[in-house]
Amino acid sequence: MTRRTSLHSRHETLGARMGDFGGWSMPLQYDTPRAEHLAVRERVGVFDVSHMGQIEVVGPQSGAFLARALTNDITQIGPGQGQYTLMLTDDGGIIDDLIVYWLVDRAMLVVNASNIEACLTRLQELAASFEVAVSDRSPEVAMLALQGPAWVDAIGPLLATPGPLTLDYFEITEDQLAGVPALVARTGYTGEPGVEVMCPWDQAPALWDALMRGMAAPAPCGLVARDMLRTEMGYPLYGNELTLDRTPIEAGLRWACDIDGARFAGAEAVLAQAESGPAERLTAFRMTDPGIPRTGMDVMHGGERVGTVTSGTLSPLLDCGIGMAYVRADLAAPDTELSIDVRGRQRAARTARRPLVDRSPRTD
Amino acid sequence: MAEPNYPDELRYHREHDWVRASGDEAVFGITWFAQDALGEVVYFDPPAVGDTVTADTSYGELESVKAVSDVYAPATGEVLEVNAAVVETPELVNSDPYGDGWLLRVRLADPASIEGLMSRDDYVAYLEGLG
Repeated sequence: MTRRTSLHSRHETLGARMGDFGGWSMPLQYDTPRAEHLAVRERVGVFDVSHMGQIEVVGPQSGAFLARALTNDITQIGPGQGQYTLMLTDDGGIIDDLIVYWLVDRAMLVVNASNIEACLTRLQELAASFEVAVSDRSPEVAMLALQGPAWVDAIGPLLATPGPLTLDYFEITEDQLAGVPALVARTGYTGEPGVEVMCPWDQAPALWDALMRGMAAPAPCGLVARDMLRTEMGYPLYGNELTLDRTPIEAGLRWACDIDGARFAGAEAVLAQAESGPAERLTAFRMTDPGIPRTGMDVMHGGERVGTVTSGTLSPLLDCGIGMAYVRADLAAPDTELSIDVRGRQRAARTARRPLVDRSPRTD
Repeated sequence: MAEPNYPDELRYHREHDWVRASGDEAVFGITWFAQDALGEVVYFDPPAVGDTVTADTSYGELESVKAVSDVYAPATGEVLEVNAAVVETPELVNSDPYGDGWLLRVRLADPASIEGLMSRDDYVAYLEGLG
């Protein structure tokens, strides 16, 4: 049974092609993915990401608890700030990648839809030794991502205060949009400036309608364009690049781990692997031959299988196939010539630094 | 084109390919249904001029952002021309599947074999049967 967001009827009215994503019926595309991608890169687009999970942590020991449950250094952020971080198994396997926000009186974890249960289970297990309460707010919270250089034009007229317009990257504030109470965070998954807006589940349609009535209405965008945008940036996707069988070291996410403090669950395994070096590492690549790499394709080098493609799509900006792959660690450096086994044919590819395109979500 | 469209003068193959025959020459392409299912086409991997394509057999691939699809020959013949415009600008298959988005021009081995393919009405009924 697939679940629907509170914006389902809006997507249907717009003629979206819907698809299953982690048990949710979500818009894949309204227009062509390329047109939606371009709208985000050049103007502004809006994504329904209400399937994502929100987990609240409250209690006097929230800080110490989150330092244990999450890999990044939680002491680096204060109220009104967010941080990209990971949740690990004791073996260092990735349970989820997420953003944690400090709000005035609580912490909020925004997690992947498919991992809400796994995150809750892990948090509750670790919470036993702390004075904290963990609760799932996902069913009450809808979420829209407004992304692109013109995001201010799209959201500005709806705001009760100018607060959200003055946020720095990864900051969060409360406001009202067209009368709907909302948390507005300067985050996203596209590489463009923009915000992610969380509001009460039932009020998302009113917020959506207000955005669409605006003079600078965002282009509704689906998951296919979102995948193009995040792959161009080299952002990992849980289930593709990140799984229970992969560690932060393999995934190139050492920067999101507080290696020095090493208080987080899974730290020992991560430290050990950081020391010994992993057998495989995640790399981004671009095709130098025609074709689009697909998840699961073999990566070849000198006639030998050296890795597996985890994500692949077309880059409209580069006008070629791009992707990410786990490859033998000695081949993961940028500018390594590899080939991708595309249905039995060897297609040339070259590893590249992430992001694959030159964007910055920090600048407006 | 946004709306389903199946011209009368074409013959249709169950793998959603069309053929426009004239004497012993024919042009092949994919139908509105096929391009809609595939989504925006980004690559066409064609056979070479001079190759023989065989009825009911894949002669190339069309690749969209989300999927790859084999393209089936509705009839057997020798490739006379590959549509270079589609190789260069694959989305022509979406914008004009029966016109600028044609794929191959072939010399038919047996022009009479075209008669065995579906008419427009047969194909539309076939599509309805697919649900």
